[in-house]
Amino acid sequence: MPKVHGVEELEAFRQSCLESREPQRPCLTVCAGSGCNAAGAQDVLTALRKAVERRGLGDTLDVKSTGCHGFCEKGPVMIVWPEGIFYNRVAPRDAAEIVASASNGRRPVERLLYLDPVSGQRVLREDEVPFYRHQQRILFGSNGRIDPKAIEDYFRVGGYAALCRVLSELTPDSVVESVNRSGLRGRGGAGFPTGVKWEALRKNPNHPKYIICNADEGDPGAFMDRSLLEGNPHSVIEGMIIGAFALGANEGYVYVRAEYPLAVEHLRVALAQAEEFGLLGDDILGSGLGFRIKLVQGAGAFVCGEETALIASLEGRVGEPHPRPPYPVEQGLWGKPTIINNVKTWASVPHIINRGADWYASIGTARSKGTMVFSLVGKINNTGLVEVPMGITLRKMIYDIGGGIPQGKALKAVQIGGPSGGCIPASLIDLPIDYEQLTEAGSMMGSGGMVVMDEDTCMVDVARYFMEFLEEESCGKCFPCREGTQRLRGILSRICQGKGTEEDLPLLEDMSWMMKETSLCGLGQTAANPVLTTLRYFRDEYLAHIREKRCPAKVCRELIVYSIEPTLCDGCHACVHVCTTDAILGEKKKLHTIDNAKCIRCGACLEVCQPKAVLVS
Amino acid sequence: MVKLRINGIEVEVERGTTVLEAARFLGIPIPTLCHDDGLLPAGACRMCVVEVFNGPHSKLLSACTLPASDGLVVQTHSARVERARRVLLELYVATCPRSKTLQDLASRYGVRQMRLEPKNETCIQCGLCVRMCEQQMMAGAIGFAGRGASRRVARPFDRTSELCRQCGACLYICPVCELRCHGANAESTLCNGCLNFSTVCLQSYNDAMCFLDPCHACELAGPFRPDVQLKLRAEKSAK
Repeated sequence: MPKVHGVEELEAFRQSCLESREPQRPCLTVCAGSGCNAAGAQDVLTALRKAVERRGLGDTLDVKSTGCHGFCEKGPVMIVWPEGIFYNRVAPRDAAEIVASASNGRRPVERLLYLDPVSGQRVLREDEVPFYRHQQRILFGSNGRIDPKAIEDYFRVGGYAALCRVLSELTPDSVVESVNRSGLRGRGGAGFPTGVKWEALRKNPNHPKYIICNADEGDPGAFMDRSLLEGNPHSVIEGMIIGAFALGANEGYVYVRAEYPLAVEHLRVALAQAEEFGLLGDDILGSGLGFRIKLVQGAGAFVCGEETALIASLEGRVGEPHPRPPYPVEQGLWGKPTIINNVKTWASVPHIINRGADWYASIGTARSKGTMVFSLVGKINNTGLVEVPMGITLRKMIYDIGGGIPQGKALKAVQIGGPSGGCIPASLIDLPIDYEQLTEAGSMMGSGGMVVMDEDTCMVDVARYFMEFLEEESCGKCFPCREGTQRLRGILSRICQGKGTEEDLPLLEDMSWMMKETSLCGLGQTAANPVLTTLRYFRDEYLAHIREKRCPAKVCRELIVYSIEPTLCDGCHACVHVCTTDAILGEKKKLHTIDNAKCIRCGACLEVCQPKAVLVS
Repeated sequence: MVKLRINGIEVEVERGTTVLEAARFLGIPIPTLCHDDGLLPAGACRMCVVEVFNGPHSKLLSACTLPASDGLVVQTHSARVERARRVLLELYVATCPRSKTLQDLASRYGVRQMRLEPKNETCIQCGLCVRMCEQQMMAGAIGFAGRGASRRVARPFDRTSELCRQCGACLYICPVCELRCHGANAESTLCNGCLNFSTVCLQSYNDAMCFLDPCHACELAGPFRPDVQLKLRAEKSAK
């Protein structure tokens, strides 16, 4: 591919890309994000390609893999263009039927269409699916349309137009001003105003300056950065080049965790393409701007998502944070002014330039602008990635988009913001989600993980689980976090075992408060959030564990007893087969009993018992 | 020069001075565990946290790493700071209950209870020995290994590094070593025997002397290593 030397040349190339493919030409796009791949998307792709070949449709029907659509629960998902017919849970054996219906305009394959559980109707198009209807997909809008490995696809959806505009029409100051006016806040978690950060770096007289994209996404259950890098890596690169222009940087880094091989691969391809096209390199589009991006893979430490630890890791040192100030904009990578923004923050920049800061600022609430991407996981019907405007209520998220709780169970709490976020109780379901409201409720926006919990969840056990994660991931540099997480986990485990005392609660509160106040970095400062919020909203559950030695949700193993209801047991022997510790006694066709000395309370018998005779108390 | 306010007192210090240094210049004592004037600050022990005001908001930051800047308003002993230090010390004492440094500090802060289970650790991972070895002795023979609960001061691959000159500086600066060894004369805090590797205490106290597990610095000294001690003990009982 020839190097593009100027803005006009790029626009001409975009035109040729658009013309090279007739817009109404039928195309089958299959989501090949990590989620759909795990569900077998690659096999579906192969089957579709074979089916197209067998019918000799190679010239009229395209088959393409795209990035993540977000509806991972129903994967593999695919779309038939130009009609936009949305199929979910596609299997390789459906390929022939899909190709037949797509090639001669026959009726869509009815059984693969999304079935709306509320109305009982099949839904034809993606945007009519309730999961998507309430979303506003700005960052993820192109994910389902483009092949992440083809830069031409990104050009076709208007990619690098913002860069062209910046290089030909705008000054660095006006770019920073735009970002400032848009109200964009850091999407990595803390929500620091991006414009303010950019301005601080711009004003810093020291050189060189560095730009870093933080793609070290480590929260359990969060995968939006991965999906964006996998599905649309060029949007992140474009944002970074605009940043380089505005801030006067010549070198950029993408720090991505090594556990995301597909994201690394797509990013590597995208970087090579961008360099080939002259979008990265010495004289970008003839503007004189020189900027290069290096890809660095993390070594598996959660704490390296913290910016100072990330810088340490980039420099080849142990990934441990150091106290701020000095902030990275003053002294960052190699002691030079550095800006670190999250993947989604960088990817938002081209949209702000293209559609204007005022447009971006019109989305969201008074102080939280734009859209936020959440990964909706846990006890929820529609697991997946959700992009919504800031200020949407939890109720809308869980019931309209998420489709409610499986088996009609009651919502208990929502854990927002990853392991160090807080648990928002069901009573606050009408809480609008933005940075301030979440902080006030004791939680935080974090990177946007949203774990839904139903009535069968024990909140003490949840707090213990998150503390266990943080204990393992604490780097150990500062004492309150290293020792505090261990102690909190210890106390919580004791309470879960029914060995807690009432004095433990003020102790938990004191330790949590101290960790929040004195810890060195964000990890330690927020580590106690799960404990503090569960204590605040679910104190009665703690007290039930302590006073009555009872786990209300019947989760904590030391506090529950399994038994078999004699009137219901039909002696089918199913439970005896699954019991790994031979704790269930009784012959076939006769009443079974559970030996509690042997029972490890794994719950396997509960799952297999057809007449529901296994009781937990 | 920059002007800042510490506890209501205006002070002018050179650019690059930390708030800890500025406070000490004013004679305001701020407790520290991981600070030493000759070493770069680490901000690891968090004892030196001070309340820094920014308009109506305030937060706690470590004074040893906070550069003094114009208009900075700092309280070194506000109720919030004192409470944070008190709870922190409770945790410190519970972790290393036999450290005299920590006990003294805790009693000064009025810690009267230990609600947590004592752990009997010796090392608080202040990192003074590591920084001493690297920054003053230019050796870098010891460092931190592991993460979180398993983080510890260690030699590379748990073997004595060829960079180690056995200078004993790590031992000298360790706040725990210094105060746990009462030497041959219990009244003086330090006999310095270990520094010279003439371990008189070992003879006079036998194995009762080193009642704590030796820290890494002592391990370098040889006779203090648990395996060596065991061997010595076996030899003695054989006699």
